[in-house]
Amino acid sequence: MARALINVPPKAKRGQVIEIKTLISHIMETGFRHDNNGNPIPRDIITELSCTYNGEEIFRANLYPAISANPFLTFSTVATESGTIAFEWTGDNGFHETASAKITVE
Amino acid sequence: MDDAIRGATRRDVVIGGLAAGVACVVTVPARATPESMKTAIHTVVGEAPVRKGKVKIEVPSLVENGNTVSLAIEVESPMTTTDYVKAIHVFNEKNPQPNILGAHIGPRAGRARVATRFRLADTQTVVAIAELSDGSFWSASADVIVTLAACLETL
Repeated sequence: MARALINVPPKAKRGQVIEIKTLISHIMETGFRHDNNGNPIPRDIITELSCTYNGEEIFRANLYPAISANPFLTFSTVATESGTIAFEWTGDNGFHETASAKITVE
Repeated sequence: MDDAIRGATRRDVVIGGLAAGVACVVTVPARATPESMKTAIHTVVGEAPVRKGKVKIEVPSLVENGNTVSLAIEVESPMTTTDYVKAIHVFNEKNPQPNILGAHIGPRAGRARVATRFRLADTQTVVAIAELSDGSFWSASADVIVTLAACLETL
């Protein structure tokens, strides 16, 4: 199971732009490398990260082999209401990982 | 000295050297080229014109390790419900594939800024294209010098 780290401010003022940082452990094998015997190493990457705020999608990213190992992504959103910000990563070989964070909006 | 070696003419040596050079070139894996980057950009923007401006790329100009290069893209936009950035796409010229990232945002982002870390296989130009809500496309490019390349090394 991959380890995901997310950083969402626990509290924010209504209308404030908050920064969200995400990091997930994954090798992001490009599929362009070879092992010591010259055999190609098959691709194994995370292809998509989507983020929802109380069920509504606020961010979606398509990832390619050019993204570094342990994909790190930051983006922002407007704090509209208290609730849950949920993250979902999907990738090759049926990779699937979720995480979520609570936010209180005053 | 053995006859075979003495018998090798200068021409044989030159031809042999050329053949060895060709063999090296052939074993290098296929790479994205400025043309394949154009194709990748075309699949995103279609026939729409891409104008320079509004987009800012934050990337180091000299990179020691191509395996992790920090990258941030920021687009000038009021980010209101009627005027906002829909997507930010990032491309490269010389990695094995031209795509780096496609980020879909919207008016709820508040600020059109995305940051990540990516790989660079060679010294090259990175291009970021922003798609705005009015259907226009804006771009910026940055040159990056890489001393240790990523992607193509063996284990």
